[in-house]
Amino acid sequence: MTRMASFPLLSRVLHWFMAVMILAMLFIGLFMASSVGPNYHRLVTLHRPLGIAILVLAILRLGNRLRSSIPPIPNDLPRLLRRAATASHILLYGLMIALPLVGWGMLSAGGFPIPLWGQSVLLPPILPHNPVLWSWLRFAHSILAFVLFGLVLAHIGAALFHGLIRRDGVLRTMV
Amino acid sequence: MLQKPTRPAMLALRWLGVGAGPTALALAFLWAGGCFSPARVTQNRLMGELHNAGSYGHGFRRAHAKGVCVSGWFDASGDAAHLSQAAVFHEQHVPVIGRFALAVGQPYMPDSGTTVRSMALRFMPPDAQEWRTGMNDPPVLPLRDARDVSDFFASQQIDPATGKPSPARTKAFGLTHPWLKSAAEKNAHRFISSGFADDTFHSLDSFVLVAADGTKTAVRWTMIPMQPVKPGDGKTGDHDYLFRTLIGDIHERPLQWHLVMTLADAHDVINDPSQIWALNDQTIDAGTLTLNSIESEDGGPCTGITFDPLVLPPGIQPSDDPILQVRSAAYMRSFSLRSGEKRSPSAVTPNLIQTYESKKS
Repeated sequence: MTRMASFPLLSRVLHWFMAVMILAMLFIGLFMASSVGPNYHRLVTLHRPLGIAILVLAILRLGNRLRSSIPPIPNDLPRLLRRAATASHILLYGLMIALPLVGWGMLSAGGFPIPLWGQSVLLPPILPHNPVLWSWLRFAHSILAFVLFGLVLAHIGAALFHGLIRRDGVLRTMV
Repeated sequence: MLQKPTRPAMLALRWLGVGAGPTALALAFLWAGGCFSPARVTQNRLMGELHNAGSYGHGFRRAHAKGVCVSGWFDASGDAAHLSQAAVFHEQHVPVIGRFALAVGQPYMPDSGTTVRSMALRFMPPDAQEWRTGMNDPPVLPLRDARDVSDFFASQQIDPATGKPSPARTKAFGLTHPWLKSAAEKNAHRFISSGFADDTFHSLDSFVLVAADGTKTAVRWTMIPMQPVKPGDGKTGDHDYLFRTLIGDIHERPLQWHLVMTLADAHDVINDPSQIWALNDQTIDAGTLTLNSIESEDGGPCTGITFDPLVLPPGIQPSDDPILQVRSAAYMRSFSLRSGEKRSPSAVTPNLIQTYESKKS
């Protein structure tokens, strides 16, 4: 079997770094939204800078992805699975960028100050103060987070499927 | 691609491997969401308990539902400036938006002299970060942590037969929470003033002031009225008499309060709002609040925000009082729920306020 070309090193580093951040973020988000303490405030305070870091990295990563040549999806993969792979990757990128923006936007619409670091570094609002919009975006933030978590599960399942069942070298391109 | 044929048992094991990763993560996710911790006090649980305790919903705050917007300004005395770098303790004429409310879940409840009253404020210095605070008129909060809050709300569940909380449940809460007894008694025997304008409001929770040099001071604060204080006469007026009186008072002249900081002594308990502090603690008059304008919540500036006690500027930090986080989390959830609902008119309508304005002119 000829070994497939791997993703470039930068892509792999970004992938695994962001994998840890995004999983941490999803767990922090769900835990804090279903808790009232004693770590609630600490987690909310961590959630904001982590989200902004993911947003910045996701944009850099999208640029990197569009510029670099990447290993092709194996030709012998059924058409439906190939399409699912392409679509899920587009959705993953979309959500990595959309979720932090929705979070930032919802706090803006809710009229909250948005501390990024400590109490003095604040993010500017990106939407006008509008409570109805705040309520909608708060709801969307949860729904999109659940969709992202589902996609991450499918992504991990697919990676393991390539590595353990098909053994087609796809998993090795990212490790 | 050629592979050696795999034994079925090995293949099954590999499929198990494919399923195990996502399944383990999904289970961990459910744990994070509280699915395996039925005892956890969640935001949804508090909202559910408030609903069962008769909170009206329909676009109104889940607690302190009956209220009115006010506005004015704050002038620092400068006497607290050495304790905190927050702009509000240094500047003059800091714009303030506020809200007076009754601590009820029903926005159309008739006013009653014995209902807990609250004053919530948003200080907005033009070039510095804002500060929000919500204060109540009893001297202490007879709740110590999230569990107490949840147990208390649950004990206030409306009995469908009487339309009121069952006295047995209320009594049982007292018996199972003996550590709250002295706070509850203190509040039950508190002095009750005639209305909002001559009432004293307490921060309840403790906070930490941070000076420019980093020195930290644990404090609680109190808004003490400059209006002459009259005791409530025990008689209940008409349906909205407390709010009508407030509207009349504020149209007559601006209402003023001293913001008094109480500095924690070595014996004062910082992380428990049910414990009263020593009466001989040092106090500092940090400045004067002036409220000169009143508006209905319908379209008023205090409706589309929360008075989240953790919206703090540099110079004021939260203490380790657990109730602060309960309030912050619950206010945010209540705010997201009510903002998505269709809201009916407030009991204190723009028309009601208009009648006083036309009287004045």
